[in-house]
Amino acid sequence: MSDLHTASLLEIRSRLAAGEVRAEDVARACLERIKATEPSLHALLAVREEALEEARALDKEGPRPEKPLWGVPVTIKDAITTAGTRTTAASKILEHFVPFYDAFAVKKLREAGAIILGKANMDEFAMGSSTENSAYGPTHNPRDLSTVPGGSSGGSAASVAAMQCYASLGSDTGGSIRQPAALCGCVGLKPTYGAVSRYGLLAYGSSLDQIGPLTRTVADAALVFSVIAGHDPRDNTSAPRPDPAKDLADIIQAQTDLKGFKIGVPAEFLHMEGMDPAVLSACERTLEMARGLGAELVEVSLPHSTRHAIAAYYIIAMAEASSNLARYDGVRYGHRSPKASTLEELYTLSRTEGVGPEVQRRILLGAYVLSAGYYDAYYRKAAEVRRLIRQDFHSALERCDIMLAPVSPVPAWKLGSIIDDPLKMYLMDIFTVSLNLAGLPGLSFPVGKAGNLPVGMQVIGREFDERTVFRAAHALEKQIGDLAFPCL
Amino acid sequence: MLTPKDMAYLSRLSRLSPDEATLAKFGAQCGDILKYMDILSEIDTSGIEPLYSPVSHEKVTRPDQEERRWERSQVLANAPESDGQFFVVPRIV
Repeated sequence: MSDLHTASLLEIRSRLAAGEVRAEDVARACLERIKATEPSLHALLAVREEALEEARALDKEGPRPEKPLWGVPVTIKDAITTAGTRTTAASKILEHFVPFYDAFAVKKLREAGAIILGKANMDEFAMGSSTENSAYGPTHNPRDLSTVPGGSSGGSAASVAAMQCYASLGSDTGGSIRQPAALCGCVGLKPTYGAVSRYGLLAYGSSLDQIGPLTRTVADAALVFSVIAGHDPRDNTSAPRPDPAKDLADIIQAQTDLKGFKIGVPAEFLHMEGMDPAVLSACERTLEMARGLGAELVEVSLPHSTRHAIAAYYIIAMAEASSNLARYDGVRYGHRSPKASTLEELYTLSRTEGVGPEVQRRILLGAYVLSAGYYDAYYRKAAEVRRLIRQDFHSALERCDIMLAPVSPVPAWKLGSIIDDPLKMYLMDIFTVSLNLAGLPGLSFPVGKAGNLPVGMQVIGREFDERTVFRAAHALEKQIGDLAFPCL
Repeated sequence: MLTPKDMAYLSRLSRLSPDEATLAKFGAQCGDILKYMDILSEIDTSGIEPLYSPVSHEKVTRPDQEERRWERSQVLANAPESDGQFFVVPRIV
């Protein structure tokens, strides 16, 4: 077996562009790696064998260096549509759903020359923090197979960390890119709300959802982001802004120190009950390192952004989910119950048979918080608190360029250990949900270890200032060096 | 804890029909979750406008013009039942 799969995205891209390796060989190396790792990992719900054929077709054209991802194999979270390839959102209700259009971000990847190897496992409809809610079985963490990879983009994170591909697209509604990246020891970016089109992303919480890359290095994430970001008239929340610099990945690599950076440290995020001591000490070491690289650290306060943010987030996400998932009714696509004889039964039975317990729970709670008599106490109240949370972040970011904060209070936990306690699972998202409420960008990257398990931190930036986020994370990543996580 | 009556009402609104045992379990779990949500009442939000979307740009809608984006056959391709022209559902009138 070749070791082409171990290269970073930027390395393999240069080798492909220079004609040193063929797209077919790279795709084959990844497919072999998938064959070797999938039996114990289960990161993917579909593998596209036709990828090899597509790679051969690319080789016939010869290298196309102007295409930033020419010949680079990637995987896509199964909540993102891929024309002609089954897209299930890890739900039985979409078991046979084959979309006829690509998501905007997928189209951008294909145009850039990327090869789609497969679809990544996830929590059903992105509802979960461990990928255990997949209707097709959980994904395992490649750093320790007895633990969860995080979620909901757990398949994407595991696939990247296990070197099945060079990048994966995930989606982040309340931490679903950043948290699995942290738990699997890779890099994950949740872009600013509106930076990447949601066209083709199966909607969960529409005011929170954002597509972003998972990769093995910060510069790799910058490259993928520069490809998928940009205005799309088909998503009216897509910001009408100029595309990011094409050479973003090169620009950020020039950043080797943090001189002149003011880094905010949100006190509430570090000193919290239930924080794992090894996670805390890895975070504290990273902050010291940032100071050593020339950054000025300033303490900032986000008073509404932990416990209250969890409450506000779940109310809003569930409300939006109960409305968004009304479309799965057995009429136009997806599972239709064979037992139904009336239209009403068709809706009810198709939905009940088609979606799993966590999704049902969230739909029911969403209906509750939106129903007459409770709307003001829950949904409206949550939206008011959401404004306060955004104000907290904006005030904090007036005092600093970026913030550095933990991603998950604990490292990867054992499979099955908290799946029966939904509230405890929700609390795992305590450091990630507030960014989605505020709409800000956050990049999770590995900073240390708890035992052998990865610990991540997130760089939080101002709206549409992903560039500063990448620059800071790149400088820290270089300083931290290879963390030598164990890998399947 | 949400009562069986609450849960039956929510199920009806949501067009879901989990069995009784599942519904009872959901009722207890949803009760715990909603109890946690009550911490929002600690925050004084009087005079605060709700924020429903973080979008800060002017919302734009596309021109209201007819556009043929997809073929009927594509749209019907995933239908559980169709007659080639329409989605077919149980008779309602």
